[in-house]
Amino acid sequence: MPAFVFIPLAPAVGALVLFPLGRRLSRRSVSTLACGSVAASFVLSVAAALSGSGVRIHRLFTWIQAGGFRAEAAFRFDPLAAVMVLVVTGVGLLIHVYSAGYMSRERDFGRYFACLNLFMSAMLLLVLADNLVLMFVGWEGVGLCSYLLIGYWFEKPAAADAGKKAFLVNRIGDAGFLLGILVLWSAAGTVSFAGLSEAVASGALAPSAAAAAAVLLFIGATGKSAQIPLYVWLPDAMEGPTPVSALIHAATMVTAGVYMVARLNPLYAASSSASGIVMLVGALTAVYAGVLALVQNDIKRVLAYSTISQLGYMFLGCGAGAYAAGIFHLFTHAFFKSLLFLAAGSVIHALSGEQDLRKMGGLRKLLPRTYPAFLVGALAISGIPFLSGFFSKDAILLTAFAGGHVFAGILGLAGGGLTAFYMFRLVFLAFFGSRRFSAEVESRLHESPAVMTRPLLILAFCSIVAGYVGLPALFGERANLFFRFLAPVAGTPASGHAGPGAEAALLAASTISALAGLFLAYLFYVRNPALPGRVSARFPGFHHLLLRGFGVDALYETALLNPLLRGSKAVYRRFDLGVIDAAVNGAGGAAGLLGKALALLQTGWVKDYALAILLGAVAFLGVLLF
Amino acid sequence: MSPAAVVGLSLVLFVLGVIAFFVKRDLLTQFMAVEIMLNAANLAFLGLARGSARIDAQVIVFFVMTVAAAEAAVGLAIILHLYRRRKSIRTDELDKLRG
Repeated sequence: MPAFVFIPLAPAVGALVLFPLGRRLSRRSVSTLACGSVAASFVLSVAAALSGSGVRIHRLFTWIQAGGFRAEAAFRFDPLAAVMVLVVTGVGLLIHVYSAGYMSRERDFGRYFACLNLFMSAMLLLVLADNLVLMFVGWEGVGLCSYLLIGYWFEKPAAADAGKKAFLVNRIGDAGFLLGILVLWSAAGTVSFAGLSEAVASGALAPSAAAAAAVLLFIGATGKSAQIPLYVWLPDAMEGPTPVSALIHAATMVTAGVYMVARLNPLYAASSSASGIVMLVGALTAVYAGVLALVQNDIKRVLAYSTISQLGYMFLGCGAGAYAAGIFHLFTHAFFKSLLFLAAGSVIHALSGEQDLRKMGGLRKLLPRTYPAFLVGALAISGIPFLSGFFSKDAILLTAFAGGHVFAGILGLAGGGLTAFYMFRLVFLAFFGSRRFSAEVESRLHESPAVMTRPLLILAFCSIVAGYVGLPALFGERANLFFRFLAPVAGTPASGHAGPGAEAALLAASTISALAGLFLAYLFYVRNPALPGRVSARFPGFHHLLLRGFGVDALYETALLNPLLRGSKAVYRRFDLGVIDAAVNGAGGAAGLLGKALALLQTGWVKDYALAILLGAVAFLGVLLF
Repeated sequence: MSPAAVVGLSLVLFVLGVIAFFVKRDLLTQFMAVEIMLNAANLAFLGLARGSARIDAQVIVFFVMTVAAAEAAVGLAIILHLYRRRKSIRTDELDKLRG
């Protein structure tokens, strides 16, 4: 059995041990076991990635065989899966280590790490699955684990609600995913990735069916990867512990949708309408979430909206046909977003749980290790030149423009400016200016322990250098190692030939956009701190609308949730209480009445019983004789 | 005595037993009525055995007598115990098992 089969199994073993035994083991052994299982998985991933770049498929057994339907329990390891497992296990490992410090005072330590391990295992199963049905198992698994971990502090109603919301919103997307699988199976007769790309290539899969399936699967991706219209769960998911947010945003969960689209790239490439939808939703989400991030006051919610926005970029890339660019952004984003979340966690930790940006400020000097790490993350995500986010975002925009998708490309450029603005708004509010926290908080303020800051250091390093594996064509045709590595699976985008002039112009444009955002944030929050208040006072209605997230939550509540709840309540009252409960109670009551009637026969008089026997005997004789 | 006469006698005895059971209110007397019914049944067995010249009916009579003896012992013990507890064995006063 090849080693890569064990990649999802190692964390699964960790979860299996920790779920029943987590409470009995010491904290030290819990964290050692949890981190060790992920480390084993990481080592296996590295070994598998180094041992060759071809496509390897290992069939374990036939999982489902029903009529003509057949699904194998088979794993597939190819360059795309290699990139994903390395990101998931590498970033996941750092988050596990960080968690050991961050969660050290939690009561339910074992449950936390058990869920974390299960999360990793489900995501790795999703990545390594060789067919859509097995992928769906991992897909549902990460949904379940996100529910368990977002609602980790379930005593807090907000956390429990956020967990439920994440689960339910994901279920809506999952329904689309499932329908997509069914469409593909009924049209192509196979659910394996190799079989599907063959069906697309040979024309066995009708274009209309391919488009329908691609759109349905993308609905699943909008749920899991938090795109318009199903993004609403991700900002609320901030109720979970901060390392969980890092894990959800960087390694597991939200990247699943992008990965799925990239994995099924022959299907999406075959349907330009489906690709167009993917691209448009991605571009709109990138800007929309960026606008919402402008006014958030919770440090984690800013990051949540920024994730939604960055995921929009990835879908923009995939929709424009640059699957490798989308995955490249996923790859660099995993580093700087987990870095930002873990650094934010370190800030929250230092401020005794404070998450409100309005009560921070001046932390630059007080958190000497967290601040540079956060700054690197912010620079990288803003697309400042020569950090990783610059290269990956540029690769996406380049394909968009080269493919003629000017509208999406301009949205992407604008989103880059927004990103720089809201990220540096966060940096300036948290780390610069006056200290706005209480003296009590200040007295307990401390830099985080090494177990938390060392992962930050590693992630900061990766955030700086990760971009250099995918240099733009400007630096030579063969400079882009990443795209060449992925080429066997993701293909090469047609836009590699945009010409060095156009490419340089785009690099300059996106740099200007990012620097303009940064400068505006500097103007607003350092030079003239009264300016944001004046601007929001000028447009009070719009500011309020932004704070309420364009009222989308309220809209969903009135348009979908409340009618549904009212309907459920009516069904409960009419059918549950009126029919089912009434039938059960009626059966009981009828038996009681019958018993009472029959009890009248039991008089207690010996002679009555004797008479009954006599009459019975006479009746018996009568039957016998006549 | 012809078999028919024996069976007829047993029938008369049985009916007398039934009537006695329903007419009397004293548990001891009713018990004796039951005994009469049992013996009427025995007599019927004997009469029929005589008519068909088979031995099994006669064997059954012995079984019935054995069981009747045991039943009489248990029944009398119950009646005695009842009398000790309630100072009465009148069946129209006993309805403790009313449902």
